[in-house]
Amino acid sequence: MDKTPNTTPRQSWTFSNDVNSDIRRAAATGIYDIRGGGAKRRVPHFDDLLFLGASMSRYPLEGYREKCDTSVTLGTRFAKKPIELKIPVTIAGMSFGALSGQAKEALGRGATLSGTSTTTGDGGMTEEERGHSEKLVYQYLPSRYGMNPDDLRRADAIEIVVGQGAKPGGGGMLLGQKITERVAGMRDLPVGIDQRSACRHPDWTGPDDLEIKILEIREITNWEKPIYIKVGGARPYYDTALAVKAGADVVVLDGMQGGTAATQDVFIEHVGQPTLACIRPAVQALQDLGMHREVQLVVSGGIRNGADVAKALALGADAVAIGTAALVALGDNDPKWESEYQKLGTTAGAYDDWHEGQDPAGITTQNPELAARLDPVAAGRRLQNYLNVMTLECQTIARACGKSHVHNLEPEDLCALTMEAAAMARVPLAGTDWYPGKPGF
Amino acid sequence: MANVLDMSELELRAINSTLQEAAKAKANDVFEVENPRGSHALACGLDGAVSVTIKGSTGYYCAGMNQDASVTVEGSAGPGVAENMMSGTVTIEGDASQYAGATGRGGLLNIKGNASSRCGISMKGIDIVVHGNIGHMSAFMGQKGNLVVLGDAGDALGDSLYEARLFVRGSVKSLGADCVEKEMRPEHLEFLADILVKAGADAKPEEFKRYGSARTLYNFNIDNADAY
Repeated sequence: MDKTPNTTPRQSWTFSNDVNSDIRRAAATGIYDIRGGGAKRRVPHFDDLLFLGASMSRYPLEGYREKCDTSVTLGTRFAKKPIELKIPVTIAGMSFGALSGQAKEALGRGATLSGTSTTTGDGGMTEEERGHSEKLVYQYLPSRYGMNPDDLRRADAIEIVVGQGAKPGGGGMLLGQKITERVAGMRDLPVGIDQRSACRHPDWTGPDDLEIKILEIREITNWEKPIYIKVGGARPYYDTALAVKAGADVVVLDGMQGGTAATQDVFIEHVGQPTLACIRPAVQALQDLGMHREVQLVVSGGIRNGADVAKALALGADAVAIGTAALVALGDNDPKWESEYQKLGTTAGAYDDWHEGQDPAGITTQNPELAARLDPVAAGRRLQNYLNVMTLECQTIARACGKSHVHNLEPEDLCALTMEAAAMARVPLAGTDWYPGKPGF
Repeated sequence: MANVLDMSELELRAINSTLQEAAKAKANDVFEVENPRGSHALACGLDGAVSVTIKGSTGYYCAGMNQDASVTVEGSAGPGVAENMMSGTVTIEGDASQYAGATGRGGLLNIKGNASSRCGISMKGIDIVVHGNIGHMSAFMGQKGNLVVLGDAGDALGDSLYEARLFVRGSVKSLGADCVEKEMRPEHLEFLADILVKAGADAKPEEFKRYGSARTLYNFNIDNADAY
C-alpha cells in the first residue's frame, strides 16, 4: 500500500519552545518576567579571544620560578589612602537584602583571605561584612538606603553607582518577600512591601552636578577614600570620559552579562552592551584624556576564570570584579540541591528567581532556615580557593606571554576567533593582521 | 564669642576641617563663616555639637549629612542643602534650591523662605518645615519623617509616597501617584503644634491638611499598572 511520506515535525527558530513558553507565561499572568542574574543569551565574549603566547619573538617567564606580580593599587588620582590589593580580582557590589547575612559574611571572608576587596550593595553596610572584610567598598546608590556619614568613614573606598550592566538606566527592586524586619529597618521601609530603588540619584543630575557631589563626599571623608564611579555598559567611551571629568579615582564598567538581584528579563536581555564591547572604548577614553592607569578601570560582567581576567587586563583594565561567579563559588546553583530546584520548577544551573527568597543554597534569601544552610566560614574558604585559582591561571597566561606583572599584558598578546570579537576587542582575527575598523584598511 | 572663618582668606578644606574638628570635640563651639560666596559642600559632615552661622548664601550640599550640629545660613542655599541629614538643626533664612533635605534621616531642616522642586525627596525620617512654598515633585518616594509647608505645594506632591507625612497649609496644585489627603487626628495636631514652635513659624495646626500614602502601590499589582 502506498504511504505518503511525512516531513519531520519542525520547530520554528523564531517561535522556539523558549519563546512560546514566554508568551504563555505572559498570557497567563499579565506581567513581565522578573529574575536575577545577567544576560543569558550568547554574546561575543572572552571565549572568542585567544592569547598568542611566547615564541621566537617573545621571551616567556619560567612558571613557578620567575615572579609575575598581581598587585593592584586603586585610587591613586586624588585619594589620600588608595586601596592596595594583592590580586586583580575584586568582589562586586551585592546587597544585604538580596543576599543573606551569611552570604555577605562569606564574601568578606573569602575576599579578605585572598587580599582583595568586597563591596556593599543597595541597603547599607552590615556588621557581618564590615567585620569580615579587610577592604570594603561602600556603594553610594540612588536609594541611599542605610546611608550615613559614619559608615562612609568606615569604608575603605566609596563607589557611586550610576548604572549596572544588567540594567543600564534602570533602578532596583527588592520584592516584599525579602523585606524582613531587619532589611526593612535598614532601609526605613515597612516590612513586606516591594522596595524600589530609584534609577536616578535624588540630588544630582549629570556629570557637572556629580563633580560637586564627589567634592562633598571627599570633604566629609577628609579626602581619604578612593571614589569609584560605576557605570553600566551603555556608551562606554563617553561614560568613562565623563566619569573622569566628574573626578573619579576609579571607573567600574559593568557589561550586560553582569548580574542583578532582580529586574525584568526583557531589560537584562535587551539593554546594554556585552562586556567585551565595552572595554576598548573605555580604555580609549582614558588614553585620550591621558588618564590610563592614573584613573583605574575595573571591568565586570561575565568574568569566570583566570583567562577572562587576563583578557580583560590585556585589553586595558586594571582589575576585574566578580559577582555571579563569586555566588557560584559560595554554592549558588549547586547540583546537590537539585531535588529542591525541581520543586521550584527549575534545575541547578538555571535557578534565577533570586527575588523570591527561596534559594535552596541559602544565599539569595532572607529565610532564616534557608540562610542557615550556608556556613560562612566554609563558603568563604571556597571563595578564597576560587580566587586563588583565577589568579594562578591569570599568572600562567601572563608568564607565557613573557610578562612580569599581569598589567603588562596588552592587546598585542591577543587574537580573535570571530569577526565580531575582533571588531569589539580591536585585536586581529586569528591568522590575519586585520580587524574590522582597523585604520589603514 | 564666635570664632570667625573668612572664606576670602581660607580654602574650603581648611574651613570644613576646622568645623569638623570642632564638631568632633563636641564642645558647643560657635563659628561664623564670612564671605561664603556660594561655595559648595560648606559645613558638611559635621558630627557633633557645634554651632555654625554662615554669613551669606551657599552653593550645593551645604550642611550635608549633618549630625548633631546647628548650622544657619543667613542667605539662600543651593541644591541639596542638608542632604542625608542625620540629626541636629539646619536653618535657611532665605530660599532653598531643589532637593532640600534629600534622603534626610533625622533632625530639623527649617527653611524660612521657599523651597524649590523635589524638597524632601526620598526623605527617611527628617522633619522639614518650609515657611513659604515648595516646588513640584516634593517628597517624591518619601519614606519617613514630616514635611510641613506653610505656603503652597506644586505639582505631584508626594508621588510614590511611602510613610512620610505631609502637612500643607496652602493649596496643593496636584497630588502624585498614591498620595491622598488623610484625616487629621489629635496626634498630628499635637506634632504640628510642637514643630511649629520649634521652627518659629507663625501658623496654627488647625490650618493644615494632612497628606499621606494610600498604600495601593506597596506591592506590585498589574491592575495598577497605569499608576506606575
